[in-house]
Amino acid sequence: MKINRLALCGNWILERFPLAKVWNEHMTHYYAPRNFNFWYFFGSLALLVLVNQFITGILLTMNYKPDAKLAFDSVEYIMREVDWGWLIRYMHSTGASAFFIVIYLHMFRGLMYGSFKQPRELVWIFGMLLFVCLMAEAFMGYLLPWGQMSYWGAQVIISLFSAIPIIGDDLSLWVRGDYVVSDATLNRFFAFHVISVPLILVMLVFLHIVALHEVGSNNPDGIDIKKYKDEQGIPLDGIPFHPYYTVKDIVGVGVFLLFFATVIFYMPEMGGYFLEHANFIPADPLKTPEHIAPVWYFTPFYAILRAIPDKFAGVIGMGGAIVVLFLLPWLDRNPVRSIRYRGGIFKKALVLLVLSFIGLGYLGTQPATPELTFFARILTVVYFGFFILMPIYTRWEKTKPLPTRVTEEHSLEEQLHTFEEHLPALLDELSEVKNTGTEIGDPAFRSSFFSQRPTAEGISHVLTRWVKKIITSLD
Amino acid sequence: MKFLLTLILFTALTVTGYASETVPLQEARINVADKTSLLRGAKHFVTYCLGCHSAKYMRYLRIAIDTSVDQSIVLKEIAPDGASIYDRLQSAMNKHDAEKWFGTQPPDLSLIARSRGADWLYSYLKSYYIDTTRPFGVNNLVFEDTAMPNPLWQLQGDQQAEHRKTIWGGYTELVSKENGQLTEREFNQFVNDLVNFLVYVGEPMQQERRSLGKYVIFFLVIFLIIAYLLKKEYWQDIYKKKS
Repeated sequence: MKINRLALCGNWILERFPLAKVWNEHMTHYYAPRNFNFWYFFGSLALLVLVNQFITGILLTMNYKPDAKLAFDSVEYIMREVDWGWLIRYMHSTGASAFFIVIYLHMFRGLMYGSFKQPRELVWIFGMLLFVCLMAEAFMGYLLPWGQMSYWGAQVIISLFSAIPIIGDDLSLWVRGDYVVSDATLNRFFAFHVISVPLILVMLVFLHIVALHEVGSNNPDGIDIKKYKDEQGIPLDGIPFHPYYTVKDIVGVGVFLLFFATVIFYMPEMGGYFLEHANFIPADPLKTPEHIAPVWYFTPFYAILRAIPDKFAGVIGMGGAIVVLFLLPWLDRNPVRSIRYRGGIFKKALVLLVLSFIGLGYLGTQPATPELTFFARILTVVYFGFFILMPIYTRWEKTKPLPTRVTEEHSLEEQLHTFEEHLPALLDELSEVKNTGTEIGDPAFRSSFFSQRPTAEGISHVLTRWVKKIITSLD
Repeated sequence: MKFLLTLILFTALTVTGYASETVPLQEARINVADKTSLLRGAKHFVTYCLGCHSAKYMRYLRIAIDTSVDQSIVLKEIAPDGASIYDRLQSAMNKHDAEKWFGTQPPDLSLIARSRGADWLYSYLKSYYIDTTRPFGVNNLVFEDTAMPNPLWQLQGDQQAEHRKTIWGGYTELVSKENGQLTEREFNQFVNDLVNFLVYVGEPMQQERRSLGKYVIFFLVIFLIIAYLLKKEYWQDIYKKKS
């Protein structure tokens, strides 16, 4: 009887609210390509981290005080005296870095498989807006602990506004609300960090997903799965997002959380990259630290800023490094989406982009010596070269023929199985059987695993083969 | 020739530039699970540091709880006379006097181990040497022209800086000039206990954090196995369809 009542109650809602429709449209009847690989975990992981930041952030605001006199103390109060406060805070601080790791990998996936191309330009634009919002959110959140690096990092970045001609000084004054970073700045950054930017983030996530589900997901082959449909109009290479990708993403969540928990419990500072050492000193407006470095996820852009000699040009360069990403769908003139079927020139360019981004990221953490600035300039040119030359080199590309149907992804067991099959041959190639002493001259023993020794010749042979394989894969 | 000269000068400059910047740090043996070391360190801290430095985020009660020692013992053995168990490790020296005497207010040491690192603190406290040009007659190899006098001079004795020349430029070595109350071994242990305590004070919950981590990771491994088996079960029909 009681169950009947509950069902009635459920029906009452369903008759008035399109819950089932929304669920079907976006979960059970949303057909995603069946060949998603490792790179497709990061979208759902970004959502997980966002939720983590929301929950831990709300809990942190319950004890945090946005006041220049109290902020630093209140953070230490959370760390020491609030029950589980340290866990909440480490989850939030590690979550911030994890967010950028996940988002950078998510963006790289888009670059690799051409997910930004027609018809998914708007998905990419919403994604880029999300990225910009996320940077704003992270930047303002970093001021809140009110440590030396919070303070001076904000001081440096806000002063960049003053490089803008004519309105610059007034603009930076308006942003800070004071002539230096102060209590007024802390309060407004708190308001933005806790209310406005998160609201925009959530709205953009909604738009990002709606836009994606309108055109459908891309896949590692970059081909359109909607071309071949069965009698019911379901793509032959599509599978329902729920349950197939929900259960798959839970595995991704498990792996991610393992890494996440390891950082939280065993290395919350991550060697000074996630929580900078200098940020354990309270902000002191009278004492400039010797070396001001932003948190690692901003360092590539910071390195570009410092590489350009003129301050205003540097600001333009830093902004431009983000703006060019918005233009990507129109810079790439090649209709082939996936890197699997694109020409060697694009693959090499992408490798250069990744190397320059990582290189700039490293240089951004280091003090700007003349030699390092020289390298930063070269890498800045490489970074911009990828985008600015793109309309030219993507036309020269010799692409490979596209398949009509998606190539199958092998399951983990199959991959392990092929690995297992190849392993003995590889080990044989890498090692030789050494003649052991006469006492243990038993042939059975001699051929055993223990009498094998690695050979330099074998190792060099295997290595050259691998290098050749990598080089040919770039063609 | 000119080019060669500039090249040599340039490399020489960079090498010496590097050499003068970094003093190799000595390694502190940190083990915050060693409760007796923490208690010794706490005692040293209150005796030798608390006169000028606070550790204002730390309470005596917390020391008692984390080292599983009775509160009365902490009050009697560690805390200064008249302190309450709920008090924070607050220095009695005020800001005005401190600035008059030392030119600056001695920093709070609650988080010093997190900003400077244990090895730096350990090396710093051991690297004082006689320098009559300084106001307190001592200088420090790790932190040049430090405003802090050597609080442990009676224990360590006096050290003298001696410059040794090598083909790469040279380095400074500290040699004992006069023995202190402690032998070198005892003094190293003393400083190590003190630094160990400071590392603990920087993050008092770190033992709890590490011990909790094991269980969380164990849970996540089980979670991952179940999640993977669930995924395999569901995806069987997808793989079946293709063959």
